[in-house]
Amino acid sequence: MFEYAPAPESRDIVDIRPSYGLFINGEWVEPQGEERHKTVNPATEEVLAEVAWAGEADVDRAVQAAAKAFPVWSAMPGAERAKYLFRIARIIQERARELAVLETLDNGKPIRESRDVDLPLVAAHFFYYAGWADKLAYAGFGPDPRPLGVAGQVIPWNFPLLMLAWKIAPALACGNTVVLKPAETTPLTALAFADICRQADLPPGVVNIVTGAGGTGAALVNHPGVDKVAFTGSTEVGRLIARSLAGTRKKLTLELGGKAANIVFDDAPLDQAVEGIVNGIFFNQGHVCCAGSRLLVQESIAADLLEALKRRLGTLRLGDPLDKNTDIGAINSAEQLAKIRELSEAGEAEGAERWSPACPIPDRGYWFPPTLFTGVAQSHRIAREEIFGPVLSVLTFRTPAEAVEKANNTPYGLSAGVWTEKASLMLWMASRLRAGVVWSNTFNRFDPASPFGGFKESGYGREGGRHGLEGYLAL
Amino acid sequence: MTTPLAEVASSPSTLRAFLHGLPGVDRVGADARAAMLGTRSIKTTAKKQAIDMAIRMVDLTTLEGADTPGKVRAMCAKAVRPDPGDSSVPPVAAVCVYPDLVATAVEALAGSGVKVASVATSFPSGRSSLEVKVAETSLAVAAGAAEIDMVIDRGAFLAGDYLKVYEEIVATKEACGRAGGAQGGRRAGGAQGGQGAHLKVILETGELATYDNVRRASWLAMIAGADFIKTSTGKVSPAATLPVTLVMLEAVRDFLAATGRKVGVKPAGGIRTTKDAIKYLVLVNETAGPDWLDPDWFRLGASSLLNDLLMQRQKMATGRYAGPDYFTLD
Repeated sequence: MFEYAPAPESRDIVDIRPSYGLFINGEWVEPQGEERHKTVNPATEEVLAEVAWAGEADVDRAVQAAAKAFPVWSAMPGAERAKYLFRIARIIQERARELAVLETLDNGKPIRESRDVDLPLVAAHFFYYAGWADKLAYAGFGPDPRPLGVAGQVIPWNFPLLMLAWKIAPALACGNTVVLKPAETTPLTALAFADICRQADLPPGVVNIVTGAGGTGAALVNHPGVDKVAFTGSTEVGRLIARSLAGTRKKLTLELGGKAANIVFDDAPLDQAVEGIVNGIFFNQGHVCCAGSRLLVQESIAADLLEALKRRLGTLRLGDPLDKNTDIGAINSAEQLAKIRELSEAGEAEGAERWSPACPIPDRGYWFPPTLFTGVAQSHRIAREEIFGPVLSVLTFRTPAEAVEKANNTPYGLSAGVWTEKASLMLWMASRLRAGVVWSNTFNRFDPASPFGGFKESGYGREGGRHGLEGYLAL
Repeated sequence: MTTPLAEVASSPSTLRAFLHGLPGVDRVGADARAAMLGTRSIKTTAKKQAIDMAIRMVDLTTLEGADTPGKVRAMCAKAVRPDPGDSSVPPVAAVCVYPDLVATAVEALAGSGVKVASVATSFPSGRSSLEVKVAETSLAVAAGAAEIDMVIDRGAFLAGDYLKVYEEIVATKEACGRAGGAQGGRRAGGAQGGQGAHLKVILETGELATYDNVRRASWLAMIAGADFIKTSTGKVSPAATLPVTLVMLEAVRDFLAATGRKVGVKPAGGIRTTKDAIKYLVLVNETAGPDWLDPDWFRLGASSLLNDLLMQRQKMATGRYAGPDYFTLD
């Protein structure tokens, strides 16, 4: 046997303060209320730090700081704003290792992913939108597109720093100022980003970071001084936000849940399809809104594919997220773990067959083994509801038309994947799938130049690419 | 011929239909998978284990026009005792030479357990008649080669004449068996026992160019009776690469599942550092599986790699790097 010795990334590189205030107007300030929250390492349940929970008064202060900064920031030539964004991007690259370790500690995702996926994409996003800042007149939105004002942004816990980049980079490039609320369980990289803003000499108030839970988020999106709301998270909360913003002048973009189909035809490149399925649902413990959580496999190859997939799942390495050889990290929170368990139990109760590889689970922390459900019907909850965990539902189809029908038969429409070596079939499928992104012989690939967003209950508006500017411009 | 799946080679069309019916390989995906496995971090005890494993898998190779008996004898001494100052270093698996130097190597390695491999079949281009190729193989085996590294006819493969490639491999395999392995020896195990010389089939993947071709050529060689499939001659660039080796490891894994016969894999050419060698071991471990992590089933065709393995081994033991002059040049 060839056992890999533990190869943990050192956590000495991060300097976590025992307690954090709020980042408002370029300063660390104490919240007006007493409420504080402990953020834990989900892999060990160790408390990492205490963060403030901002109340309405704190949010108001942050929005006012952003409003005060807006005239200066928006009047600045685009080329000057670009300099700040380029500087932030470079600092992120310089501090990439530190930020990757911090992300892994706070979120539970494997260091291999935070190091090789999250951080490179975060920097790329800032570089990409830095490039747009002085070219907005050529983006196809008229000769002099204007920013909206103060953007209130609420982001999820699955890709904390990457979602921050998706929100802040286009907002600043277009000339808006920002109040951002990171998720309650993963505030640390956003707070480190506040330091990066100071390091980059970003003018005070252009970026403000307020930590807290749902109440803080509600205070932010409902604040009358906010001109634009951008939310990434659950469809349930997205619906609440849409309801409360209806009739206001606020511009809204929502990036919500998904239940993506990963469709494998009988002529697919099988070994790569297996990798794509694994990457589609087990990447980031399945905490991915565009995860390929429904595998639709052509019935004629279902047995072979499942055998190959099970063999591959047997090689996945679950454990210490800081170990450089870990493939599957920890579930982000006890609450999320309970939800995954509940839906998995429902899957069994409804008659689907559950399978996991033999996989030792650490004693402490929140863990869920990679799990497959076979014999899943369209009507089962695990085929319809977003699980947001490492749980794959396997369904079969007979013809391309049936694959399209089943793939589209969901309230969501964020992403899809198609695996075939036949280009004409690939194009035929892509033109019929109602999903914001259709991956061709790959899955979960991201690029800042590529717009991302949903159909139906997966939300509206696009982030990334030229399209991502639209949500931050008055058009 | 009792080789599993031999019936698919009953006609050009059945062979073609079979090879073209294998699942395709998506280049981007295969490259990404190999690159990801290349990021595995092998440290401390695992690194020690990997270095010794890699040393035992080396086919120490010299294939130059300027090879002489003196050069080959020196390399054989190195093969048996890679580090004269440290008897805990295991010997390599085999030495690999041209056919005319097999006798020299056999003599130098007598009783050592290190095998003699010979390239044959008009290595490296394979551009000669079948008669010449078979005769060359027979001579090498008669001189005592325990292993034959043949090249396939890439021209025939690329022209779609798969049956010609198949028949050449079958004929070479027969020549390996007919002459009877003179060496065999005490280290003979696995697929080797009593079957004459062990046949490694070089696909020269750098000339096949696509991963689909690599997969087809792998299956073609295995159906024809290859004991090992080998990436490259070392004379064509690119030689061994991680993704090509990945595709070949998938092929031997699937071939075992389909037929019950296990075939080995040998990447060769361009593997120069310990870091590279360890990446290949990780690839084996996580693709074909740990059952292949044995010199009977996996080899590394290399020359300069050995000294880097020795240097890293010493660094692991002493904590210091010794200069290149502390490792013998052979």
